[in-house]
Amino acid sequence: MAEVKLSAPLTDKDVESLNIGDKVLITGSILVGRDSAHKRLIDLLDAGKPLPVDLKGQVIYYAGPSPARPGNPVGSAGPTTSGRIDPYAPRLLALGLKGMIGKGSRSAEVIEACKKYKAVYLAAVGGAAALIAKSIKKAEVIAYPDLGPEALRWMEVENFPAIVVNDTKGNDLYVEGRSQYQR
Amino acid sequence: MREIEAKTITEAVKKLCIDACYYLNDEILDAFRKCKEKEESPVAVDILSQLEENARISREGQFPLCQDTGFAVLFVELGADVVIKGGTLPEAINEGVRQGYTEGYLRKSIVSDPLERKNTGDNTPAVLHLEIVPGDKLKITILPKGGGSENMSEVRMLKPADGAKGVIDFVLERVSKAGPNPCPPIVVGVGIGGTFEMAALIAKKALLRPLGSRNPKPHLAAIEEELIERINQMGIGPQGFGGRCTALAVHVEAYPCHIASLPAAVNIECHSHRHKEIVL
Repeated sequence: MAEVKLSAPLTDKDVESLNIGDKVLITGSILVGRDSAHKRLIDLLDAGKPLPVDLKGQVIYYAGPSPARPGNPVGSAGPTTSGRIDPYAPRLLALGLKGMIGKGSRSAEVIEACKKYKAVYLAAVGGAAALIAKSIKKAEVIAYPDLGPEALRWMEVENFPAIVVNDTKGNDLYVEGRSQYQR
Repeated sequence: MREIEAKTITEAVKKLCIDACYYLNDEILDAFRKCKEKEESPVAVDILSQLEENARISREGQFPLCQDTGFAVLFVELGADVVIKGGTLPEAINEGVRQGYTEGYLRKSIVSDPLERKNTGDNTPAVLHLEIVPGDKLKITILPKGGGSENMSEVRMLKPADGAKGVIDFVLERVSKAGPNPCPPIVVGVGIGGTFEMAALIAKKALLRPLGSRNPKPHLAAIEEELIERINQMGIGPQGFGGRCTALAVHVEAYPCHIASLPAAVNIECHSHRHKEIVL
């Protein structure tokens, strides 16, 4: 199992070099949004309107942080369940999104879209939200502040820890890992 | 009659909300340690260490263990000899939740209408389960319940002929399908019997038992033993990356039921098993 340092945004070369089970540490700017923010992005696309951000090469983290204490950029900020974003993800991958960070299984459509558009799905440790927040240096709401914890944000991260679950070859760590330890 | 001020209840609930979300109970930390000893996967051991570290950071820095600080589910046992002065019990509790989630920097995760989905902004209303008991005490238990694990829960109306095997198969199916989604290692609450809603309620109450304790009825304890063993053979492991430790505990509760029915409920709880109680 390799440990790979990545800087976001990502290139095709970055994502194609990753394999399931690789531990990654991400440094750079990442988007943060959950299903409600995704729904609004898709509504814009349906209406033929521009998105508030250019998705090319970007990584999006599925999270809705807890409020920041004064002096901190963010509160606790672990991943949310990615399955709820499955219906929206392939369209964003088609626009050049390169990485998604969340927790839990993805649909066959998302795994296929990762192959087709060269993108990866990474898992952060669900429930390790206070620990993960240590790697978040800045956070800023960029759209949909009315959604509260579900607003769309930018975050500056430093060595944000995640593990590769779906790579560009169609592999799935949840399936492989489980079969290895099943009795 | 004993009088308890509504504002005393509000203060107590506020503190319970905050404490539950910052301070992981020792029984969970003990369970993490035991899992690490049994775990065969190095990735799983690493995950469990991260969860221990997360609990330390939360405790020392007063950060929520998980950003999902949950739906405030409260179990209240109200002594029949208690009179609440200066307000009603639901008002006092909701005010405590409002203050706790605001002053404790906890996430507000409740929308006022399930279809219109506008955030209430203060994590109210709470879900309140009230029981009148003999005596002059007031016991309040909070279980902030995260959405990810709650979504993996289910109630099913089995046939009486399905019996214990039917219940076991149902629980195993539910946990298997949930896979990595509810943030394993999980705690599994199982409710057998009662009505449709009672099965769900006792499944949730089962989560509150001391972690890993056995039901005093031998036939239910046997189901617990079988379930924990078979769940931990599934290979899902911490976070679903593969491993031995998928569930920290399985608690089964039962209730009398109708001659025509065998309701069964599985309430799944994540490893961030947060609950606190106080007796006033």
